[in-house]
Amino acid sequence: MNAMAKIPDIEAAPTALELCDLHKSFGPTPIIRGVSLGIARGERHAMIGPNGAGKSTLFNLISGRFAPTAGSIRLNGEQVSGFPPYQLNRRGLARSFQVTNIFPRLSVFENIRCSVLWSLGYRYSFWHRVDSLRDANAQAERTLEQIRMTARRDVPAGVLTYAEQRALEIGITIAGNANVILLDEPTAGMSRREAANAVELIRAVSQGRTLVIVEHDMGVVFDLADRISVLVYGEIIATDTPEKIRGNKAVQAAYLDSAHA
Amino acid sequence: MKSVAAAPEMTSAEPTPSWMTRSRTWVGAAAILLVLPHIPGLNADFGRSLLSQMGIAAVFALSFNLLLGQTGLLSFGHAVYFGLGGYATVHLMRAINHGLPVPVPLAPLAGAATGLLFGVLFGSVTTRRAGTIFALITLGIGELVYATTFMLPSYFGGEEGITASRTRGPALLGFDLGPQLQVYYVVALWAIIAAALMYAFTRTPVGRMCNAVRDNPERVEFVGYNTQRVRFVAFSAAGLFAGLAGGLHAINYEIVAADSVSALRSGTVLLMTYIGGVGRFIGPVIGAAVLTWLQASLSGYTSAWLFYLGLFFMAIIVFAPAGLAGLILMHRPIIRMPAFWRVLRAYAIAFAPALVMTIGAIVIIEMSYRLSTQPELGTRMRLFWTDIDAATPWPWLAAVVMIVSGFVVFRKTWPIVAQAWQQATTEASVAAGAR
Ligand SMILES: Nc1ncnc2c1ncn2[C@@H]1O[C@H](COP(=O)(O)OP(=O)(O)OP(=O)(O)O)[C@@H](O)[C@H]1O
Ligand SMILES: [Mg+2]
Repeated sequence: MNAMAKIPDIEAAPTALELCDLHKSFGPTPIIRGVSLGIARGERHAMIGPNGAGKSTLFNLISGRFAPTAGSIRLNGEQVSGFPPYQLNRRGLARSFQVTNIFPRLSVFENIRCSVLWSLGYRYSFWHRVDSLRDANAQAERTLEQIRMTARRDVPAGVLTYAEQRALEIGITIAGNANVILLDEPTAGMSRREAANAVELIRAVSQGRTLVIVEHDMGVVFDLADRISVLVYGEIIATDTPEKIRGNKAVQAAYLDSAHA
Repeated sequence: MKSVAAAPEMTSAEPTPSWMTRSRTWVGAAAILLVLPHIPGLNADFGRSLLSQMGIAAVFALSFNLLLGQTGLLSFGHAVYFGLGGYATVHLMRAINHGLPVPVPLAPLAGAATGLLFGVLFGSVTTRRAGTIFALITLGIGELVYATTFMLPSYFGGEEGITASRTRGPALLGFDLGPQLQVYYVVALWAIIAAALMYAFTRTPVGRMCNAVRDNPERVEFVGYNTQRVRFVAFSAAGLFAGLAGGLHAINYEIVAADSVSALRSGTVLLMTYIGGVGRFIGPVIGAAVLTWLQASLSGYTSAWLFYLGLFFMAIIVFAPAGLAGLILMHRPIIRMPAFWRVLRAYAIAFAPALVMTIGAIVIIEMSYRLSTQPELGTRMRLFWTDIDAATPWPWLAAVVMIVSGFVVFRKTWPIVAQAWQQATTEASVAAGAR
């Protein structure tokens, strides 16, 4: 509840996310080389590009895992570059990881519940009994259903199958009802069927929220996204609607052809 | 620290037991604490004093496990909060001796407050970091505080420490703390309150986030929590309960000296917690009881007892990383199975050669210890009801034969144990499937 109060007048902010001339270097090596991008509230935005283009690094900058070398990031109109991840999460941004990043010895349910506590305002409380928190437990159960993991509720997350861990990864990200969601290759490693379920889930939960998704499956990308950005070697070479991206010569040359070859 | 985190049994995946089960557990524990000092063997001052020490150690070890098992923080200086709590309590007791109208059984609250105060103070520094850096800073603070006890003799009393009387003060409900039995009951009451509070802490939002920080501090930051703040809360709580344990120590011994904040005590609580098992709430209690008992009993029999303690610790680390609690609770799924009896029989079979092996090892250790550390006592000694002479080769030879033959036979019993286990777990999984 408290976190909500901090979000500066969302209605007034036209863009959920605004990146301005963002740069990131690791040592002398530039990885992100001047990215500027505005993503509207409620937009589903896909980020594509060849391996090593810097997609995950861009997510790491937006979510506060790394501080940018130069440039600025605005979240719902607020200047947030250099903020630690928890500050960004409290302002309504959540992300998933390409390499599964869960709480291995907590049960599936605890994994999800830990992800809703702050957003419901429980903060560092040592005066609430966590099992008596109706709202937190209900929200965690609801998320479990959404990711179809109710049957695995009490299993330690570390012993789940890979695909189940990927589903849990998404669950942790969406559980807290963030209004900006970043998903980094959410369906990688899933079977066709599981991936289809995941895409339906992503479509459903991103309703009315802002979604940025990195995805290699072009079927999913063109189906899901309102707009697509193509990142190549640390630069966005095109941002447009799916149809226009498909027809874009530079994109075909740089990415789509090689990806289909 | 990675290896600590990897202890296999340590999960929080079990669903919370029902309200009924939980209250039954606590009432049962209270009942046991109530009758314990009247059981033959424990119903004299020595036994009751031992039980009091166990209770104090249990609170201290539980507080330590709020850091190690719950939050994944390995501290080498946890005795600081124990000792400073002890000093505060003993000073309060002195004031009570001089007429302050506070009942002595409440004095450990001063220890708890002091433990919390210093937990907050030092925690704000140490918990900025985790892992190795955290461990090293706690070590440094431990040394700092230990040195301070000698620099401020007016408060800490130097080598001799500070003494006070627990009996000169207003009685509370007829408790004047004269007999050891009364001391025990005060310790037991505080111990069960502290244990219940610490258990409750693990079930609060911040307690759950401690587990999350232990498992994956990075991800915690992406669900809204500042990991440093979570660690800080855990550290402060651990300081509070360690201070309470120190306060009980002050009442039990009526003296608090520099050893109470020493690295040795910090090391002992680490051993207790690890031997008992960091992954279970009950683990540190078991470790505290077993180690306190070993210290009290072994030290009477042999001057090599620290050596045995070290061996015991190493055996636990290597063969039972989940500690004694893990070892015991491992049997929970099969305890109702028919083949459980086969498991017990297999244990009994394996026990015999293991015992032979152990006796052989003890004979060698004792003889070596005598020759190297106490040559003035001569080479003749009495071990296991037998007179032996360490100057002759025979006892050495016999011991080696016992170790080797014991080990060979012991190896042969392993398949028996494994088979019995196999059968019991199969039965258990069939039973679980039928449900
Ligand atoms: N922490 C880091 N330190 C140094 N180099 C890094 C770091 N993180 C990423 N890189 C480098 O940055 C480049 C971009 O990596 P990134 O993971 O962002 O690519 P990506 O577009 O997500 O690729 P993929 O499709 O394979 O996931 C790579 O060359 C990688 O080696
Ligand atoms: Mg990537």
